[in-house]
Amino acid sequence: MKPLVLLVDDEVPFVETMTKRLLKRDLNVNTAFSGKEALEVLDKNRNTDVVILDVKMPGMDGIETLGEIKKSYPLTEVVMLTGHGTIESAIEGMKRGAYDYLLKPCDIEQLMLKVGEATQKKRNHEEKIREAKVKEAMSLHGLE
Amino acid sequence: MDQEKKTHNGYYYSLTRNILLVIILVAITPMIVVSSIILYEFDISYHEKVRAHLEELVLKHKQSIDSFLKEKLGDIRLLAKTFSYEELANESFLRDRLELLQQNYGPVFVDLGVVNSRGLQVAYAGPFKLGQALYSNAEWFQTAMKSDYYKSDVFLGLRGLPHFIIAVRDDWKGEPWILRATIDFVAFNNLVENIRIGETGFAFILNKKGEFQTKPMYDLVPSKAPYNDCFAECKEYKNGVYFIERKDDADNLVIYVSALLKHGDWLLIYQQKASDAYSDLRRTLRVTIAIVVLAGIAIVVTGFVVSRRMVNRVAEADREKEMISEQVVETGKLASVGELAAGIAHEINNPVAIMVEEAGWIEDLLEEEDFKEGKNLGEFQRALGQIRSQGRRCKEITHKLLSFARKTDSRPNDVQVNDLIEELIALSAQRARYGNVTIHTDLQDDLPTIRVSQTELQQVLLNLINNSLDAMEKEGGALEISSRLDGEFIMVTVADTGPGIPGANLARIFDPFFTTKPVGKGTGLGLSICYGIIKKMGGDIEVRSTVGAGATFVVKIPLEVGLQATTAA
Repeated sequence: MKPLVLLVDDEVPFVETMTKRLLKRDLNVNTAFSGKEALEVLDKNRNTDVVILDVKMPGMDGIETLGEIKKSYPLTEVVMLTGHGTIESAIEGMKRGAYDYLLKPCDIEQLMLKVGEATQKKRNHEEKIREAKVKEAMSLHGLE
Repeated sequence: MDQEKKTHNGYYYSLTRNILLVIILVAITPMIVVSSIILYEFDISYHEKVRAHLEELVLKHKQSIDSFLKEKLGDIRLLAKTFSYEELANESFLRDRLELLQQNYGPVFVDLGVVNSRGLQVAYAGPFKLGQALYSNAEWFQTAMKSDYYKSDVFLGLRGLPHFIIAVRDDWKGEPWILRATIDFVAFNNLVENIRIGETGFAFILNKKGEFQTKPMYDLVPSKAPYNDCFAECKEYKNGVYFIERKDDADNLVIYVSALLKHGDWLLIYQQKASDAYSDLRRTLRVTIAIVVLAGIAIVVTGFVVSRRMVNRVAEADREKEMISEQVVETGKLASVGELAAGIAHEINNPVAIMVEEAGWIEDLLEEEDFKEGKNLGEFQRALGQIRSQGRRCKEITHKLLSFARKTDSRPNDVQVNDLIEELIALSAQRARYGNVTIHTDLQDDLPTIRVSQTELQQVLLNLINNSLDAMEKEGGALEISSRLDGEFIMVTVADTGPGIPGANLARIFDPFFTTKPVGKGTGLGLSICYGIIKKMGGDIEVRSTVGAGATFVVKIPLEVGLQATTAA
């Protein structure tokens, strides 16, 4: 199953080109141009695996958006994109539960690698939860 | 600017003056008040003391003179009562009596005479030939005949010598007769003459007519007024001693102390110039004034020095404040420039990112079949590679700019000092080359890492290196940087072969705002900030320098402090 990625950045040309490149690399991609929009898109696509999130955005910035995402969709992994000047906020983001961060402009292969890892992590998580649920159900029905 | 300086000087001048005035007022006023009060009280009590002393003196002498006269009278009366007129009229008997008196009392009694009721001296014993002298017209005889006894004033008498007479009247067979004795003037005079105090104090005796009864010390022509007053007032004075102060003809204040003698016939007067009597007081006054004046001068001088020093301090503090505010403005400017740079860098970063992505997208597309056969595929790929690598270059530039503009990161990291030094040398290499400076390093290999703020340590070492390079700018030279482990410390030594630091400056180089660089070139903050940073780490910076032989800075960084700093942070 292809990973479903949400790309969030206020720079429209960046998002467009990046989308094309990611699609070409066999990912499903949704896009958003602000934090608020990202939350809306996530609400519609609850099976999103990874959010690629720019730190510096007008209005609701990356850190804030990250907080909201982690609150509502704790399993969804987030990879932060940042300019060097906001490296502190990237670190702050990691503390708040982001999977990793990359410096902008980033290498596409590196980004693919992180997305792949994040997706794997998320799916492992889901698997474990499912297993736990099964166990719970089985014990509930006295099958164990 | 000059105008400003002038008003500044005016301000400091008036400040100095005000401080000086306050000091002088506060210090001198109580001094003068206290010394005046003490002096005034002393003056009063000293006057009283002198007065009491003189009164006592005069009283004593009055008593002794009175008793002298009484004694002599008593002697003569005893003689008159003890022996009869007949016995005493015998001249040889009388001579025996006189001899006896002279043996007992010294030469006080000059002669004795027996005078009958008609004034004829019937018998005489003494050194003068006064036998058969007729005294019927003499004043003393007439007065003596009327009372039991009589003491005359001093008069020249028949002999032309000053003397006075004691006469005692007695009756013999209904006829009065008189025993007369002459008292030696010299002996009597001594009683009074002995009263000598100071340079101008002396005593004498006056009779009611204002005639001297004793020989005064000086040829003084007594203006009668004070003596007459003495006579008049003395009677009213309770212990018999009268004290006045009067100006004499020469306008000197003179003290007169007087007492009545001989039942008010005579007046014992002691007189002394006030200036002489109170000479001790005057000396004390002079000493006090001298002390007050000296203390006043000392206060003024001290006040002057202290106020000058204080105002200089204030001026210095003002100058420092001005420099600090300049510094703050400068820092503010730098900060805003930095912010601007950061903003620009960030803004450039985004388009560059897009460009790189677009190039990447083209690369992706080139992978597709249609283009694989294109004859310019190689060129396309080269051009895209170029765009990507140039994009990366832009990224590096903007990242450097951003990292410059970022605030100092004071969080501790694991720092390998040697790596840091190598990095800094690489940074400074260009400058060193221009300045004709060779850089040597002597780094100990197995240094442990320390947990300090990399940027802060970087700042310290860069500052030292830059200072050394500045010092060797003109002449060139060698810069040697070494590191070694010394117990619990890592010692980093930065040594140059520059002109060195003069001894007078050595103690001050870590002071804020101390700089030897020309105005506008250095803030004088670099080393003081370095010092602050290293002290905060628990380390130390030491400096050794000899003029002409370069300067050596040793930075001592503790291995342990990293832990403390981390826990503190």
